This record gives sequence, structure tokens and C-alpha cells, in this order.
Amino acid sequence: MAKISLRVTALTYLLFLLVLPVGVICWRTFDQGLAAFWQALTSPEALHALQITVVVAVPAVLLNTVFGLGTAILLVRHKFWGKSALNALIDLPLAVSPVVAGLALVLVYGRFTPVGTWFYDHGVQVIYALPGMILATVFVSLPLVVRAVAPVVEEIGIEQEQAAWTLGATSVQTFRRVTIPAIRWALAYGMVLALARSLGEFGSVAVVSGNISGQTQTASLFVQDAFDNYNQQAAYAVAFVLAVMAVTSLLLIQLLRPKESRR
Amino acid sequence: MIRVSNVSKNFGSFAALTDVSVDLPAGSLTALLGPSGGGKSTLLRIIAGLEEADSGTIEISGTDSTRLSPQRRNVGFVFQHYAAFKHMTVADNVAFGLKIRKRSKADITKRVDELLELVHLEQFAHRYPSQLSGGQRQRMALARALAVEPQVLLLDEPFGALDAQVRKELRAWLRRLHDDVHVTTVFVTHDQEEAMEVADSIVVMADGKVQQVGTPDELYERPASDFVMSFLGPVTRLGGRLVRPHDLELLAQPAEGTVAGTVQRIVRLGFEVRIDVLVGDDPVWAQLTRDSARRLAVRPGDPIYVRAAPETPLLSA
Repeated sequence: MAKISLRVTALTYLLFLLVLPVGVICWRTFDQGLAAFWQALTSPEALHALQITVVVAVPAVLLNTVFGLGTAILLVRHKFWGKSALNALIDLPLAVSPVVAGLALVLVYGRFTPVGTWFYDHGVQVIYALPGMILATVFVSLPLVVRAVAPVVEEIGIEQEQAAWTLGATSVQTFRRVTIPAIRWALAYGMVLALARSLGEFGSVAVVSGNISGQTQTASLFVQDAFDNYNQQAAYAVAFVLAVMAVTSLLLIQLLRPKESRR
Repeated sequence: MIRVSNVSKNFGSFAALTDVSVDLPAGSLTALLGPSGGGKSTLLRIIAGLEEADSGTIEISGTDSTRLSPQRRNVGFVFQHYAAFKHMTVADNVAFGLKIRKRSKADITKRVDELLELVHLEQFAHRYPSQLSGGQRQRMALARALAVEPQVLLLDEPFGALDAQVRKELRAWLRRLHDDVHVTTVFVTHDQEEAMEVADSIVVMADGKVQQVGTPDELYERPASDFVMSFLGPVTRLGGRLVRPHDLELLAQPAEGTVAGTVQRIVRLGFEVRIDVLVGDDPVWAQLTRDSARRLAVRPGDPIYVRAAPETPLLSA
């Protein structure tokens, strides 16, 4: 009896918080028919917003992959002064509100700050442009790759790498042929998590991008903009695409996870 | 040969090795034997270049290797827990060093086949390490190390993670393998029986120092210290001196050099019989064959006369 009521409670909770909102988005997306959906989705602004989302998310994921791998190996394999501080700092983006993160970036890289002026003089505008948006996205998804990879780096230990060294492999060869294959599922898992987070990022990007339609507007910014301007069909269509991307990422994560535990 | 000269190594305040010098002759099979924490694994890892000595030098086949990276020392290393490349098949594991050396495909295939045959894993070439038993994984690791034709083969507690039966088989197999391959081999063990059974010569290490070097017989017959004597086999104490229990003579009548005692307990363990004797206030135990125990025909409480057999190693305590 207790089991059943627990199940009912959990399912009701999920129904109202998850299934119903997503279901309504799907229904609203298609209740004017496929043609209306397609027209809303292929408007120049919507297409541009989706394109910007990808252009921001992909470099951000790549940067976090490189940084995440390096940091995970540093944290697991090396002892150094300030290690526990670095360890704690990595989780900071999870705790800090994205809006605050965006604001902090504006304060450092804004057009009229010393750092921002230096970049501007060298032909790079950071804030209200793509570099700032990538930076903000990197910030919010920073811990994901590190936290996915570090436990596996710990678990595989260093002996496989040492064995490779004694067999003549250089550090680079060892990294490519031994370390990366040994952690590949964890790495892929972390990358998909980071990608999902990057695609959906709103708060920090809203602050640093300036939200200029057709220029620095990502898909999630577009959804809000369209909704505020009573362009519901466009908002639903892009929201639907974002939801599909998120669900695809989650499915990928589910596919990758059991592989990891089987090893 | 491997020449270790005045090597010291500290981990923080712990002295793992203190001024260690030892020569390991070419083509020999040497055991580094000692209790855990005695420095034997550290010495092996320093020879391989996986640890750096704080001071001293390592020479491998006449080349000063002290500052060489592990990649350039041409040593094969076998780890206690196999260090198998889990994402590669058995054949790919064995081929790893050859691929790094950019050998031709045909060469690699031929050599891998030879090695898999040598370690009796031909039919497992396309399996993954997770599908092998511990003993099979360790044989694969050995083939992988041998593939690059190392000048020196180093094994760190190679049978330590295996169960007793497999360990016995692999010991005998390692001995035969060495007789075939003749590569200078050093293995670390804390098991004196393993060292005595497999090695040509044994380096006994404890407290970061070499305690004694010699053949198994030399060490057993002429131990340099109490420590070596007690580490290499059972000992008991008679009149303040260490003696092997099987080197004690028990007599029913007093004779030259005997001391008087009382039989406390008789334990029969198949082929051997253990007799506990109280000499004065000191317990002594002797190891007899079944026959000699039967001839002696004593029972607990009987008087008995004990002496060390002539020409037995005795160490004053």
C-alpha cells in the first residue's frame, strides 16, 4: 500500500512538473498544423537564433573538454599547493547564479574596462558579441567534464600509463593510445552533459549578449523574446526544438552511462 | 648486467632506500626478497625509471641510465595487478610496444603469434583482458613486456594477486621461461619460498638496505644475520642462539653438548613431527621426520636432551 502511494506521489509530481509542461509545448507547437510550425521555425530570426546557439555551444564544449581533461588529470595525479582550493573553485559555477556570472564577465570584459579596452584595441569585442557568449557558456558548464572524468581517471590508476612508458610510448602516445581510450565513455558523458547545459543556457548569455535579434540572440533568448512579443507560434516551435535537443542529449547520456559501469 | 651504486630514496621523511649498492649479473634470475616496506619495490621501480633516485646511479648493460626516461631504458616491467590495457585485445596488448616502434605489420603479427604461443595464450588472442583469469592476464603482461626484447625484465610481485595454486604453476613456468629466454630478470617478492624456488640468486632487503646477497643455498646455510636467517625459514632459539628446528638433535640420553629439557607437546603434521621442549624456562621446538620421532619414542613430560646437529648455521642473538 505504502509502495503504491509512493509511486502515485512520485508520478503525480513528475506529471505536473515535467510531463504536462513538455506535453503542452508539443501540443501548442503543432495545434496550428505542421505548416505553421515549419513556417515559424524557418523564419530568418529563428534560424539565426538556432545557428547562434550551435556556434556558441560547440566551442564552449570543446574548450571545457580540453580544460576538463587537463584539470581532472591535474587534480587526480598531482599534488600541488592550492589543490583543494582549485577543487572547490571548480564547483563554483554550479552555485553562482548564471546572471551573476554574466554580470561579472561584463564587469571584467566590458567595453570600458581595462581588459575590455585591451581586447577592443586588438580588434576583439567580447561583451555583446560571440566571444563573451562563449565565455559565459564555458563558465556555467565548467564543472561538468571535470566531474565526469576525474573519478574514472582515479579508478584506472597510473599503472597502465607506466606500462606504456616502459614499452617505449612517449607521454603524447600514452595519452592518445592508453589514457583517452580508458576514459572515453566518461569523457563522452561529460561532453554530452556540457553540451546539453550549453544549448539551454539563458541567464548568463542574456546578460553578456545584449540579446540583439538576428545578431547575438541564441535560441533560448529567442523563445523569451518571441513569447514577450505575442509571437507564440515561433516561441513554441523553437522551444520544441530545444526540448528535442535536450531529450536527445539525455538519451545519449543514458546510452553512455551503462557502458561505463559495465567496464 | 645491472649495477646499482649508492642509491638512496626518501619519500618525505621515510627513507625507502639508504645507500643501496648491488650488482645483478647478466642473464641471471634474481629475487629481491624482503618484508613489505623494505624498499624492494622502490629499488625495482628506480631500475625501471618509474621512480627517480635521490642520489646514486643505475647502470644497465654498461650504460649509465640514472637520468634516462623509462621509455629509453629498454626494460620490460610487469606489475602486480597486470596493468593490462583493458580496451585492447590480448594480441593488441602484446603488439603495443612493437606498434610504438613502428615495426611492419607482418613483423608484428609474426612476433605476437610467437609470444602468445610462448605464454600459451594462442587461442585467446582476440579476447579482452576482462575475459581472462588472473594467471592468464599476468602471462599476457609478460608477453607484452617481452615483445620489445628488453635488456632487462623486471617483475613487481608478479604472482602476488593470484591464488595459491596458480601462483605455484606460474613460478615453475617463469623458471622454465627464463631458462628458454635468458633475459636478465629481477622479480620482487615477500615470499621466501617463491624466491628460493625460482631465483638463481636472492637479494634480501629490509629497512631500505641490502641485508645479504647470495644463492638460495648460501643464504639458507650461511645467513649473515638473525634477520636473514629468520626470514628465510623457521627458526627457534637454543641457549640464546638461533637455530633451524630441523637442525636440532633430540636424544633420550645425555651426550656431548646436550642440554636437558622436558617434552611439552608432540604435534604430528603428516611427514613431519613437531616437538615442543622446555629447556630451563625457554621453549624450544624441533622438527623431526616421522621415523626419527618414532625411534625416539617420547611422550609429553619425558626428559629429553637437545643439541644442535654438527655444522648447522647458528647465529648468536
